[in-house]
Order: sequence, then C-alpha cells, then structure tokens
Amino acid sequence: MTADREYDDIPGTFVFDGRRSRQGYWINQFCMSLRHEVNREAFRADEAGYLDRFPLTAEQREAILQREWIRLLELGGNIYYTFKLAACDGLTFQQLAAKQTGVSEEEYVGMMLGGGRPIDGNRNTSEWASVQEGADRG
Amino acid sequence: MAELVGAIGTSHIPAVGVAIDKGRTQDDYWKPYFDKLPPAREWMAKLNPDVCIVVYNDHATAFSLELIPTFALGMAERFGIADEGFGPRPVPDVMGHPELAWHLAESLILDEFDMTLVNEMEVDHGLTVPLSVAYGQPDAWPCKVVPLAVNVVQYPPPTGNRCFRLGQAIRRAIDSYPGGERIVIFGTGGMSHQLQAQRAGLINTEWDSRFLDLLVNDPEAAAKIEHVEYLREAGSEGIELVMWLIMRGAMNPHVNEIYRATHVPTSNTHNGLLVLENA
Repeated sequence: MTADREYDDIPGTFVFDGRRSRQGYWINQFCMSLRHEVNREAFRADEAGYLDRFPLTAEQREAILQREWIRLLELGGNIYYTFKLAACDGLTFQQLAAKQTGVSEEEYVGMMLGGGRPIDGNRNTSEWASVQEGADRG
Repeated sequence: MAELVGAIGTSHIPAVGVAIDKGRTQDDYWKPYFDKLPPAREWMAKLNPDVCIVVYNDHATAFSLELIPTFALGMAERFGIADEGFGPRPVPDVMGHPELAWHLAESLILDEFDMTLVNEMEVDHGLTVPLSVAYGQPDAWPCKVVPLAVNVVQYPPPTGNRCFRLGQAIRRAIDSYPGGERIVIFGTGGMSHQLQAQRAGLINTEWDSRFLDLLVNDPEAAAKIEHVEYLREAGSEGIELVMWLIMRGAMNPHVNEIYRATHVPTSNTHNGLLVLENA
C-alpha cells in the first residue's frame, strides 16, 4: 500500500505518516501528557523520573532530555506534540522554529517580517543538495 | 427552514488569540493585521447568525494519537476551553446546538459520510481563534456553534475532494433542517505555513492567492489539488487548507466574494481572511 511517497522529496520536512506515527507514538503521548499542569509540574520536578512512565527508546529519552528538536522529529515526534514540550519550557512557536532552523530568534523573526522563507529553492531535496555541494566546494 | 447565509475562511493562528487576549492588537507588529478585520466583523455583526458551523482541526488537544477521527462532529450543549499546554485561553465557553448537530449527524451518515460523534470535547485555538477573529471579545459568543473537527495532523488528511463533497452534504443537511436558524459556516486553518524542521517559516503567497481564486471561482478545480502539492507549495502545515473546501462545498456553486484580506507574517503564517455569500 501507499508505495508513492512523493512527499519524501520535500526538503527539511517530516511528513507525519504512519511510519513516523508508529515510531514516535510514545514521544508524542509523553508530550500530550504535558497538556495537564499537574504533569508539567511533575516533569519539571524530575524529568528523567517522569519519562519512566513512557516506554521510550534510549534515543528518544535522550532527545527529550537534551531538547534535540530536529532529532525528536527524526525519531517520530510530531510538531504539534513536540511544541507542548517547548511550551512547557516557556518557548513560543517562533522560538521553537528558530531552534529547529538553527538561527537566532532575531534572525528568524526578521526572515518572517521579510515575507518568510521563499518557496523558490525550497521545493525539492535536489535543490538543497546543490546548495550543500556548492557550499562544500566553496 | 434553516438557511446557510454566508461563509468565512480564516486562519486560526494561536498567536492571534494571544494578541487579542493580552491586549496587543494595536502593537506595531499586530496592528497591520488587526486593521484588516473590521469589514469581516461588521459583516458578521450585520448578519448575526444563530449558529456557526466551525470546520477546524484539533491540535493534539481533544484527540491524541490514541484516537484519530477523520471527521468529528461536536454534539454537546457546551464545549469547554482546553489547556493546550500553556493554560486555557480566557474566552467564553462555546455553546453547542445538539439538535442541529444530531440532524447533521443523521443526514450526513445516511448520505454516506461516516462521521464520528463526540459528546464530550474541549476545543482549542483552532476553533476559538476564528470566533475571536469574527467577534472580538464578547462576554459570551453571540452564536451557537457546531464544531466539525477534521484530522489534518496525522497524514493522510481527507482529500480536498472528499472535503468538498462533505461540504455539499452539509448543505443538503442544512436545507432539510426544519428549524428557522440562520447559519454561517467557517473554514479555518492555513494558509501557507510550515512549523516543523529545517524548512520552517515557508511562505508562498502566490500559491495561496491562486488557491483562493480557485476556491471562490472554480472550487471543483481546487478540490482536485493533491496532498503533495499542499505539502510542497504551502508547507507541511498549509495542508490545513483542505478544510476551506468543506466551507466552500456548502455554499452555492456560484458565490459573491464579499471581502478578502491577507497578511504576512502572523507568527509563522500567511494569514488569510475570506468572506463569501451565495450568489
């Protein structure tokens, strides 16, 4: 089924399909638990102990504890869920976006005020690969 | 008989709710966006519908990965305001319309749209921000609301075509409802935005404009847009725009565009606002 995953060709994007949903189920259900203040307090008081409530892999635990935002997506996290972890830390969506894209909040906000990240050059992984090759050569 | 008197499309960006709730709408950052709202708000005030059917998506709030309904209809008398992870918005509870909701459920399911029926549910910014966009900050929302939550978080969301056909079925249900209610339907979410990963911040105003043009004037063509095009051109979270096709499907084939406004940026998003009446 679903042999066509044309969207895997979109650069810098993790489409949250069934593969990712299965892989990241407990990352996301952990994040979901932070919807409740009592759980946010318990997590803040003892992060590692709180994570014992969820059958996470060692890599997933580490990515949560280290706030490795891209790694969390690679391991099956979904942005609406991982944002609950970010919000628990007091981050806004723009601050999380800046962290994911590896720039300062000022740079990210400046990019958005300038009209956002343009679509040209950002449609296909091949476009990013050529930029990367150029950078490597340069 | 009940009557569908109009439609609104609007983004449902959480930061817009925060700006309203914290009194920041006249700040330099926000004023240009909020200055574009009055024509839509005046239209709503003049129309003063009895009920709004709000098509929105839940953002890991009422539904987690534990249960993922593609189309969920809110049946309750009252919907509380959810704590999404940073405290609930200070807005009034949303009052439902169980009688209309049950009519919609029966009509839609017998019309072969297999809705999930939800008797207890809190609502998040996806539903409350559009109400704030349309009504500002009243002590109580001036309309009853039938929430229609659409899964757009877990891939795949329903197709644009399925959404459009559901909208048409909603219209048949409204037209067969014996009450005298005057109804507005909301399509919410979008437009182009991407919140996740290294491509976060993507905006594609040209694509959004073309989408709005098609939605208004050639909705059958808009309904044919495939998921991969939304994901690639409008950003991974821009696929929320399929929900606007439910709103459009409920309207007549020909509509009058009463008002359109767009704004970049609102937080991470190209914000859209569209008001339609049946021609």
